[in-house]
Amino acid sequence: MHKSFGEGAILSGVSLEVRKGELISVIGPSGCGKSTFLRCLNFLEIPDSGTVTAMGVTIERQGGPWRRADEHMAHKLRTHVGMVFQSFNLFPHLTVLDNVLLAPRVVKGEGGVEERDEAMALLEKVGLGKVAQRYPLSLSGGQQQRAAIARALAMRPEIMLYDEPTSALDPLVAEEVLGVMRTLDNEGMTQIVVTHDMRFAQVASDIIVYMDGGHIIEAGPPETLCVNPVDERTRRFLRTVL
Amino acid sequence: MKHGLRHFLSRFVMVRSGLLAVLALVAAFGLSAPKAGFAAEPLRWAADASADVPYTFHDLKDQSRLTGYEYELMQELGRHMGRDLAFVQNDWDGLIPGLQRGLYAMVICGIEITPEHAEGIDFSTPYYVTSERIVVRRNGPQFSRLEDLDGHVVGTIKATQAERILAGHPKVHVRTYDEETNVFMDLVNGRTEAILIDGPIAQYYGATNPALQITGEPIGRVAYGIAFAKGQNAALREQVNTALAAMLKDGSLHTILARWNLWTPEMAQFAQDFSTPDIAPTEWQSYVAAQQGGAGWTERLRRYVGFLPLLAKGAVLTLAVSLCAMVLAVALGLSLALLRLYGAPWMASLAGLYVEIVRGTPLLIQILFIFYGLPQFGINLGPFLAGVMGLGLNYAAYEAENYRAGLQSVARGQMEAALALNMTHIQALRFVVVPQAFRLVMPVMTNDFISLLKDSSLVSVITLTELTQTYIRLSSTYFDYFGTGLMVGGAYLLLGLPFVRLARMAEKKLAQPHTRHR
Repeated sequence: MHKSFGEGAILSGVSLEVRKGELISVIGPSGCGKSTFLRCLNFLEIPDSGTVTAMGVTIERQGGPWRRADEHMAHKLRTHVGMVFQSFNLFPHLTVLDNVLLAPRVVKGEGGVEERDEAMALLEKVGLGKVAQRYPLSLSGGQQQRAAIARALAMRPEIMLYDEPTSALDPLVAEEVLGVMRTLDNEGMTQIVVTHDMRFAQVASDIIVYMDGGHIIEAGPPETLCVNPVDERTRRFLRTVL
Repeated sequence: MKHGLRHFLSRFVMVRSGLLAVLALVAAFGLSAPKAGFAAEPLRWAADASADVPYTFHDLKDQSRLTGYEYELMQELGRHMGRDLAFVQNDWDGLIPGLQRGLYAMVICGIEITPEHAEGIDFSTPYYVTSERIVVRRNGPQFSRLEDLDGHVVGTIKATQAERILAGHPKVHVRTYDEETNVFMDLVNGRTEAILIDGPIAQYYGATNPALQITGEPIGRVAYGIAFAKGQNAALREQVNTALAAMLKDGSLHTILARWNLWTPEMAQFAQDFSTPDIAPTEWQSYVAAQQGGAGWTERLRRYVGFLPLLAKGAVLTLAVSLCAMVLAVALGLSLALLRLYGAPWMASLAGLYVEIVRGTPLLIQILFIFYGLPQFGINLGPFLAGVMGLGLNYAAYEAENYRAGLQSVARGQMEAALALNMTHIQALRFVVVPQAFRLVMPVMTNDFISLLKDSSLVSVITLTELTQTYIRLSSTYFDYFGTGLMVGGAYLLLGLPFVRLARMAEKKLAQPHTRHR
């Protein structure tokens, strides 16, 4: 995958293969392109060139304008991919429950009692059953991020993308969010997490990916990558964060 | 689920049914728009009855009744021609454009037969001949001849014979007015020292005012004619001329003018009718009586109560025009804002161009253009529809800018979150971005509606008698700008208040999600 903004290349040929059920942590210094890479995976950012294949949907880009047909394919891809943002991006004009219910209603036209029960079950699962009728801005950051996860899960994705999900939260609260992600991992969800939280990456990941300067420098299981990194850059980065 | 999706959907449904209601209203008003030229229909004629004593005006004792010597002349003319006539009210400035648009076939409104006028319209033979008179304050400087006016401030009506006569005396400081009432108000208040004006006006506004008097000899000769659209209706003009000649001959015109105390030596000369029939000036007397009868407080109060139905009628029209225009402005404004932000580049710049052009030109011109200009291209809108279009298209530009700012201030992340949830752009706008922007623009929208309510007074130039037009008419008929002004001002306030309250309630309710439990 390649992507540049104006003159500056952000992604210079990034390739990654993720197996079903894996939890991948993407780490690296700020500006290394890890967030852009994640956003290119569900085409919130349009890569200049490259291919994304997931759940039988393949989108291939070789430059040129983004066309209606491409948007259609992205739409197909996104039915399998959920996303969680650093700043939660909950819809402030809707209750927590309606935040969860909006996309199923609008996109799938599912708005019955069944969906409502399912949404409530999702909120219970992330520990927000009691605040379902409240508005997002009245919740704590950790509650908001868990609501955002429930909102993404309501579309029944097979893959979840997290863009620094705990960076806006203090460590204690972050733990609530990471707990939910670990539960999902146990249930077999495929997850890609861009994170600065090395402790989480070490404990929860199947694979840690280290990015720098628009490249994937190296990738491997935590016990290998963290203990015995091959590349000098990885080593230097880990020294500063561990 | 008090707020949220269902709430939002129901609002959409509300807006949609609101649109339907507006369409029905527009159809009801629009279809009753004047259509000229059908032989079976009554012959339409127009005048500005808002303040035109003694030509065509609303009876002081009964505001729902029209009277005036020209009004009676037209009734007589109809009888002589054997045709039904129908009166159309139009603003003075719109009288001739309306004629050319075919809203009516004739205009009679004290229009002087001059070479300049004859270039734009065709005239009947004169139906009345009079002269200019000088009016002064009884206790002010006295003048009896034109030459005496040199160096003094003299008022008159703009674009009249009197103004042209004064222009021949460069040392006179001429001040021109639109409304007769204002000419006389300024003389009474000492802003001018004399008035030169058509005989009938001098008599009905000057001689009836205890502070004023007519002085000197008649000056010049003024002839009034019925106006027709230039180069059309030659046959009708011929019929009218024949009828006028018959009315001169059988004395019916003499009778009318005598009852209004308006038979003049010039008229006798013109008609070659030097008889003095024994006709009491009853209309003149009753006008004078009504003028002077209104002094007491009980009289005044009774008169104000009599205004209420007229004010209510004006208020209903003001409200109907404003509401329809606002719905149009909101719908078009939102579309323009969305195009500017999310449309293809050429659509965005087209929408931008629209906003710039509309905001950069006066609303009055836009309304006149739509009503009088578009018919040249075959787009013939009724006055109500034209008023709604004019106001709505204008306010859409302001709404568009308002909404654009609102949409832009909704965080980018909201759109991204919606897209990531697999909504389309349109769905994201409709369910996520626009509802949030709506909360932000709500207060400005309320302000805009109040402004629109007031700007709707401009539709009086296209024959609609709304609140302001009602005010002008009533205040200048009774020389009572203060009392009527308070009443009409109160009416506007009453119209606007419910919407301010409603908006405040809505704001509170909509603001709740953001502030509650914080």
